[in-house]
Amino acid sequence: MTTIAAEAPRSRSLRLTGRLDRWTLFAFFVAALIGAPIATVLIMAITDTSDIWQHLYNTVLGTYVQQTLILMIGVGVGTTVIGTSTAWLVTMCRFPGSKIFEWALLLPLAVPGYVLAFVITDQLEYAGTVQVFLRDIFGWTRPQDYWFPEIRSLPGAIWVLTLVLYPYVYLLARAAFLEQSVCALEVARTLGKSSWGSFFSIALPLARPAIVVGVMLALMEVLNDFGTVDYFAVQTFTVGIFDVWLNMNSTAGAAQLSTVLLAFVLVLIVLERMARRGKKFHNTSMKYSELPSYRLRGKRAVGAFFMCAAPVVLGFVLPAIVLSNYALKFYEETLAANYFSFVVNSLTLSMTAAVIAVLIGLFLAYAVRLSPSPAVKIAARAASIGYAIPGAILAVGVLWPLGALDSMISMFGDYAGLAIGALMAGTIVPILYGYLVRFLALAYGAAESSLDKVTPNMDGAARTLGATPFGALKSIHFPLMRGSLMTAGILVFVDCMKELPLTIILRPFNFDTLATFVYQYASDELIEESALGALTIVGAGIIPVILLSVTITRSRPGSSS
Amino acid sequence: MLKRLIQFSCLSAVIASSAIIALPVQAADEVNLYSYRQPFLIQPLMTKFTEQTGIKVNVVFAKKGMLEKIQAAGSNNPADAVLTVDIGRLYALKQAGVFDAVKSDVLEANVPANLRDPGGLWFGLTQRARIAMVSKERVKESELTTYEELADPKFKGRICIRSGKNAYNVALIASMIAHKGESETKTWLEGLKANLARKPQGNDRAQAKAVYEGVCDIAIANTYYLGAMATNDKKPEQKKWADAVRITFLNQADRGAHVNVSGAGVLKNAKNRDAAVKLVEWLSGKEAQAIYAEVNHEYPVHKDVQPSALVASWGDLKADNLGMEDIARLREAATKLVDEVKFNEGPTS
Repeated sequence: MTTIAAEAPRSRSLRLTGRLDRWTLFAFFVAALIGAPIATVLIMAITDTSDIWQHLYNTVLGTYVQQTLILMIGVGVGTTVIGTSTAWLVTMCRFPGSKIFEWALLLPLAVPGYVLAFVITDQLEYAGTVQVFLRDIFGWTRPQDYWFPEIRSLPGAIWVLTLVLYPYVYLLARAAFLEQSVCALEVARTLGKSSWGSFFSIALPLARPAIVVGVMLALMEVLNDFGTVDYFAVQTFTVGIFDVWLNMNSTAGAAQLSTVLLAFVLVLIVLERMARRGKKFHNTSMKYSELPSYRLRGKRAVGAFFMCAAPVVLGFVLPAIVLSNYALKFYEETLAANYFSFVVNSLTLSMTAAVIAVLIGLFLAYAVRLSPSPAVKIAARAASIGYAIPGAILAVGVLWPLGALDSMISMFGDYAGLAIGALMAGTIVPILYGYLVRFLALAYGAAESSLDKVTPNMDGAARTLGATPFGALKSIHFPLMRGSLMTAGILVFVDCMKELPLTIILRPFNFDTLATFVYQYASDELIEESALGALTIVGAGIIPVILLSVTITRSRPGSSS
Repeated sequence: MLKRLIQFSCLSAVIASSAIIALPVQAADEVNLYSYRQPFLIQPLMTKFTEQTGIKVNVVFAKKGMLEKIQAAGSNNPADAVLTVDIGRLYALKQAGVFDAVKSDVLEANVPANLRDPGGLWFGLTQRARIAMVSKERVKESELTTYEELADPKFKGRICIRSGKNAYNVALIASMIAHKGESETKTWLEGLKANLARKPQGNDRAQAKAVYEGVCDIAIANTYYLGAMATNDKKPEQKKWADAVRITFLNQADRGAHVNVSGAGVLKNAKNRDAAVKLVEWLSGKEAQAIYAEVNHEYPVHKDVQPSALVASWGDLKADNLGMEDIARLREAATKLVDEVKFNEGPTS
């Protein structure tokens, strides 16, 4: 302990260092726990030397890379523009419906990508409402009579993924805009900046860490997505991973491709960190008076209204209406299949996972803040890269450590009378573990960027007054971070409600969630038959999303409510 | 607040995990099944089985990762049997060494020798043919008779098919390699690609729909899809799609139409082995085979069970008698050919 204290750049008391050590240990423990499945994937990647790369390089690798990059750029730009601009509008401006949009803009988050893909295709394809309408008007009778954009295509996938993923950016950008001190903005305005000018030169740069986290999350979801791109016949890298795994029967090859994907994400993260290096984003002023709200009128109000309404209508209202229509026709199938137990299973799993992930994410981010050691930072990073590995591959990575644990249990189980393979066959521990590995990045990212905004002077003050690190966390940081943590919790909750590959592979016998129930139909393009289930996933997102929006608004320091 | 959250999470984690821990997985009258087939397809069969034998069937449905789950669990693997479609899956499980040999007079009597593993590792339970569904209006009776003709330039811009990487297409291409060799198959695949009306997409049902809509004239699909569409009372529009096409069994004058199987195998270390064998035997029996035929419109493997009236109305099927495992062994080569000709990019005119 004394050695650590000696190495620490800042002087600390011995007692304090002892505490610090506990936080460091915690960080390493979490990193090991979360890292085990990821390490398994890496080990799988090097165990087999059968060369799939030569074949891929000569044939489709170029296509995979190109399509993936275009998809990422498209969704990256789309989510940034929609997420940031709508967040700014509802935070800083008043226009008709702006109070409703505050929470409504989050709703598309609850819609699984493959469901929106199905619904949009259903509306826009040849037999869909739009083309039937056009044919009626113009008297066309055959597909060859006119041109209509192909829905099942790369642009189609960009649209759908942008619509379901922009809420990540919106959520984090809005939380950041609300956390900003009004002083900086006022200074900019007194110095003669226009309202747009102060947005671009003050608010946007200050909110950058949050926006970047949002976009990174969205992009990792893109890399992870299989359902949507498969439905749209887009050949991304992830599609390639599944092809190598299932058609060439090479788990090792799939693990190798996943590793490359992971490396790519790491490069992105490092580049972003480098660009941010040396900059600090916490507010220097404690003045949190009410944010000014610009009242928009006329053309501007109409523009703002449509800007916010479009993503909500396309990403939520439309699928909700279409799914309701299907559900009216096919509810019997869903109700007959033990629907209520699916609801209970989904809610229990998702809520538990959300709370656990947020707590671990918070402690991990705090451990990084406390510790001067770069090793802790690296451990924390390592713990939050599970998000970048396709879910099904990650599930395989989760299976092996669990299998080993199960063997250990069964060695003792002979005495305790536990069933053989109890963990894997009989409990939802594997799913919770998988969710944690996959979604810790969400919780950690939000906690970290929110913690960034609490000036270290606060820590100093609290600690000088005799608070322990945990005490300071409890009474200083946690209340300040509540909005961001709630945000993270809801993100994890809604994501778990939609999650498929991990749930399917890691679940015990006779265990279904809403998502797995929908999947058995959706996997054969029969979403109508399970529409009530899909609608429930979407609906289950509404209440937490509204709660969330209220919490975020109230979380603003100095807010009057 | 923070403390309460921590308490809540610990408590709910314990409750959530122990709530299901009580689930018995090795009682004497149960069998644990990993199924690659959707529950709604197999549930009627499992319900009947439980009614008749008193054996409860516990199911996990997943289309991938089950092999890895079996391997990772090692000797603790709780599953007793696997039910799956496509010979490729059965063969991969066999090659991984997770199947246990079953010696059963019942299975040997019910399942023809060419539709099961000689060592008793897997057993075919149903068959399906990969056929052409052609437009009744736009394709003449004898215009298309073989798979080879699909590459004929006379069909340019007239064919619809799902992804070349789909298991059923991979098996079809593998069967072409078995019969014609790799380089001839590659030329054929390039020709087929050039004849496509659009980029490969959707499932088999979507191809029939495209024929109905006039996007293309010929759709490649599995037989049971047409059965499902033709009898779909809840979605009557699908009856129109089925009605727009004529079933065309290919290569009836020579080697016969390409067929694939769905099947099952019993796992090593199965804790409920007797029950698992009983289940597979029962699925190959007359009653289960009749359900497969009537409900799913698949071809039964049992020689005494007839296809459904609808399937029978399509005429006699002459099936290619190429060994199932010969197809499975060529899957990787077939997959690579799909990459080499960039099949999934669709027609590049």
